[in-house]
Amino acid sequence: MFDWPLLQQNAPLLLGALWVTLQVSMAALVFGFIIGIVVGSLRLSPIPLLRRLGGAYIFVFRGIPLLVQLLFIYYFLPRVGLPNVSPTVAAIIGLSLAAGAYIAEIMRGGFLAIPGGQLEAAGLLGMSDAQMLMRIRVPQAVRLTLPALVNEMILLIKASSLVSVVGLADLTRTAQNLAASDYMFVQDYLMLAGFYCLINVPLAYAASLLERRLKERTA
Amino acid sequence: MNSLLIPGGNVPGQSPESIGERMKTNDEQSTVLTLNKVGKSFGHLRVLKGIDLQVQRSEVVCLIGPSGSGKSTLLRSMAFLEEYDEGEIRIEGQLLGWQDTDKGRRRAPQAQINQVRRNVGMVFQQFNLWPHMTALGNVCEALRRVRKLSADDAKKRGMAMLDKVGLAHKADAYPAQLSGGQQQRVAIARALAMEPHIMLFDEPTSALDPELVGEVLQVMKTLAKEGMTMVVVTHEMGFAAQVADSVIFLDQGEIVARGTPQQIFHNAEQPRLQQFLQNYLDRNAFWQDARP
Repeated sequence: MFDWPLLQQNAPLLLGALWVTLQVSMAALVFGFIIGIVVGSLRLSPIPLLRRLGGAYIFVFRGIPLLVQLLFIYYFLPRVGLPNVSPTVAAIIGLSLAAGAYIAEIMRGGFLAIPGGQLEAAGLLGMSDAQMLMRIRVPQAVRLTLPALVNEMILLIKASSLVSVVGLADLTRTAQNLAASDYMFVQDYLMLAGFYCLINVPLAYAASLLERRLKERTA
Repeated sequence: MNSLLIPGGNVPGQSPESIGERMKTNDEQSTVLTLNKVGKSFGHLRVLKGIDLQVQRSEVVCLIGPSGSGKSTLLRSMAFLEEYDEGEIRIEGQLLGWQDTDKGRRRAPQAQINQVRRNVGMVFQQFNLWPHMTALGNVCEALRRVRKLSADDAKKRGMAMLDKVGLAHKADAYPAQLSGGQQQRVAIARALAMEPHIMLFDEPTSALDPELVGEVLQVMKTLAKEGMTMVVVTHEMGFAAQVADSVIFLDQGEIVARGTPQQIFHNAEQPRLQQFLQNYLDRNAFWQDARP
């Protein structure tokens, strides 16, 4: 059932594709994080218009399937005059926009979870808004959201399998190509699944460790 | 200021140079807090109806009353955590929270509000400690960031304050590792570290298990003995009876009765107050035995 020589021959190809998947995912995570902070701040803004703007962003990018977003960015936008983008750029844009929406909601939840009384106490002791943000709110929001953010990272890596639709030779696309040429579906796809687990299982483990450590202190 | 750095031992208040003493000798001004016809509405509901009140230096005032009487709102107004919308609150002569302009009264800039209430310390029902910092970290934070003390000086003062509330040995514990009573004592130390001229307590023992109430009240009694000016919203009638110089009974946003503990608890004339105390008696039958 298994063709070992072929497997040894395919493995380096998949390893290279794994690198593509990781690059795209990490880039999307960084940009998604930035978008998430901005949109999350909009959602928490005291100005109603900004709040609604943030809400609209989340409504759109959480409401439309990532696959559809990717198709839209890669095939539709150039049609309406926007510059042609490479598959890599399209993939990163699509993943970032979607991840940004989810991360914004995680951030919002994290900041809202901090009891207002803690800030009253800080304000009464004379701390400025900036000090409260940096010393009271952010450190706690980080602790509260880290597990959810690692989880989002795992989801993002898995969601990146969708970028094959814009022709990027990521892990999934490469495995499909290999299987299409050597007809060894079982072993190629098992290897594909294994590679995803190789990244995500340690990440999930790290997340649960992190969660436990943070709980010990602040439960 | 240096006197604060002398640890007082586990029994607070033994040091002759404790906070209250220092204030009494150094500061001639005798009225710390003045409320003049203070009113406050939430929408159509008028929760404070023209409160007049003066708190003298070293005086302990207890605010009692049924829930919804406005006592917490009144206390929070004294720190401008609630924006009162009528009358004046002055802390050591300075108007709190508002400034007069040609276009009427405006909210004062935050820096000015902070300046006026810089000498106000507050202790909350829910402690409001910062859970990601140790006990010492909680006490030192404002000393470092607001008072700009060096790390060493802040730590020294912080430890002295924790010692004062009997928790020097818990300096490195996180709030989650402390009992409710211990958390509240850390919160008191945190407020005291800023050397307030007046301390406001908003039901400081209401969130505590009954057996933990005593340790917090003990710290508060010691503070009172040392001459700290205090306004305390409380349901602990025993504490009010023993420690307060004056007791104020609030009902529906008005001061219904005020007087010494003797006058309020033993010679209540107002029917509403009598009824309130009777309810309390019925719930806490032991109180009856403590009556002279």
